[in-house]
Amino acid sequence: MIGFAARRLLQALIVMLVVALLAFTMFRFVGDPINQMVGIETSIEEREALRERLGLNDPVPIQFLRFAAKAARFDFGTSYQFRQPVSELFAKRIPATLELSFVSALFALLIGVPMGIYAGLNRHSPLSKLFLSVSLVGISLPTFFIGILLIFLFSVTLQWLPSFGRGETVQIGSWWTTGFLTVSGLKALILPSITLGLYQMTLIMRLIRAEMLEVIRTDYIKFARARGLPNRLVHFRHALKNTLVPVVTITGLQLGSIIAFATITETVFQWPGMGLMFLQAVQNVDIPIMSAYLILTAFLFVAINFIVDILYFFIDPRLRVGRP
Amino acid sequence: MPYVSNEEAKSAVQDRTDAQPAPGRLARLADSDIFHSFLRSKITVVAAFVTLVLFALALLAPWVAPHNPFDLASISILDARVPPVWMEYADPRFLLGTDDQGRDLLSGIFYGMRISLIVGFCSVFAAAAIGITLGLIAGYVGGRTDALIMRIADVQLTFPAILIALLIDGIANGIFGGLDRKVYAFYILIASLALSFWVQYARTVRGSTMVEKNKEYVQAARVIGIPSVIIMARHILPNVMGPVLVIATINLALAIVTEATLSFLGVGMPPTQPSLGTLIAVGNDFLYSGEWWIAIFPGLALALLVLNVNLLGDWLRDALNPKLR
Repeated sequence: MIGFAARRLLQALIVMLVVALLAFTMFRFVGDPINQMVGIETSIEEREALRERLGLNDPVPIQFLRFAAKAARFDFGTSYQFRQPVSELFAKRIPATLELSFVSALFALLIGVPMGIYAGLNRHSPLSKLFLSVSLVGISLPTFFIGILLIFLFSVTLQWLPSFGRGETVQIGSWWTTGFLTVSGLKALILPSITLGLYQMTLIMRLIRAEMLEVIRTDYIKFARARGLPNRLVHFRHALKNTLVPVVTITGLQLGSIIAFATITETVFQWPGMGLMFLQAVQNVDIPIMSAYLILTAFLFVAINFIVDILYFFIDPRLRVGRP
Repeated sequence: MPYVSNEEAKSAVQDRTDAQPAPGRLARLADSDIFHSFLRSKITVVAAFVTLVLFALALLAPWVAPHNPFDLASISILDARVPPVWMEYADPRFLLGTDDQGRDLLSGIFYGMRISLIVGFCSVFAAAAIGITLGLIAGYVGGRTDALIMRIADVQLTFPAILIALLIDGIANGIFGGLDRKVYAFYILIASLALSFWVQYARTVRGSTMVEKNKEYVQAARVIGIPSVIIMARHILPNVMGPVLVIATINLALAIVTEATLSFLGVGMPPTQPSLGTLIAVGNDFLYSGEWWIAIFPGLALALLVLNVNLLGDWLRDALNPKLR
């Protein structure tokens, strides 16, 4: 177990180093960082002085080490377009993205799991067929178009819910702002989190259904039935437990893509999170924000993958025995 | 079905060495398992039909579209934002209404679908080419080369494709900053999609190559001194293509969605060469003022296209999966 965790940790570190190298290459070689920082009227001597002061004339490996050391403390310098420290910009926007992702994941699980169980247990019922058709449509509709449809229906036509922004937020601690505590904040969360969570929901539903269908056919379930156990016990005690193993992996991995897909949802709903900021950075070639976003999401993904790998040991006892 | 005819073509080539003449390709196709499974599934037949119709409309857009949305002489700003024909103030010339510049929406959708499909097909081919080449090399050569290629694939697999595509687009914007976006947008889009989707092909091809490598025909080819490159391209490649075609079909739907998403986010096709995603992005600005059709109709066209390609891909995957027979 410890050896396994150590190997995984080493892999994670290597991935982070590769990503840091990528971010560094981007920062150093895409466009000239000096040109971005100064105005047109700055003289060549002043530029050279700035270049020297920022250490851009040092050997590249040394520059990379400096970059990595700074990145580890999440110091990415100043944004080209906002003229503010990148870390401050991110601190302001991370709560919005994390709250949205959390509510979406919750929505996907709370709706997707029961739907999947039902469709798996009642394979031929009309409701299951309806779930499946809906999920196929859900997979085929692009995220941004789901958002547009929801806005059109609930904001423009019915005028029930807001179509943009976070509503009123409350500040907790020094930098975290939350939309959970006000009515307008909660209302503003509904449409974006459905948009973001729908794809994950259909995925979880299909997965649980497929797993359920497979598990129900196994011998130990037949045996449990033969023992005369009530259906409820067989389904939820015996069957559900074993369908959850792949679900945990997929859900964990999907958490990462929820954060990535938040970029799209945030654009549709003008949600003030870091995905929207990243997109603006891509359009304006704001390299410090791009590399910061790259490293931050890479870190989140790697951390999630690592936790999922470790969780496997606790969920699946077969992995614990007979392993070096 | 293009898949079957390809496969048939390949086996026909192999059969040439045999003394017996092969039966006609069409006859063999009509008698194949795949064709029977195709006819058995009604929904697949419908999906294939709809897909064919959509492909034909897109391909023949210049001839079937009622208007040419790129012909500046024929469009008039006075026709801007005309609603679809069944609504009030409609104009019978424009079946689905017009956009903000007075261009016929139906024609715009045909032309947009054409661009979406071109980008989709090109990026799938490019991704498959990269993935197959790297997968063949990794599987055949093995050792360090294999480890390096597969580690890169692993790292990339931790990131969602859309993020990688966005990042590549951002870098390209930085490098080609001085040029007009119109010139390079198309190529960058294909490159970013191809570089985000190659991993799946590489992994699959590597797996099957490692199996094929140890078979007698490859060993025989090696013994008589055929160079590795030719063994890979001529002997192994045809035998690992089956799963690749399934991935490509499913990937086509994904590529179309990703392209639309990038265009919607403003980093894909420019408004001068609009794909379906660009059309939706343009229409999104008019959603609040009640002109819903400008965004909704291109969106529905996109959903219809993706849904049907997905259905075909699902069927092909199940039909070719020996476990489910």
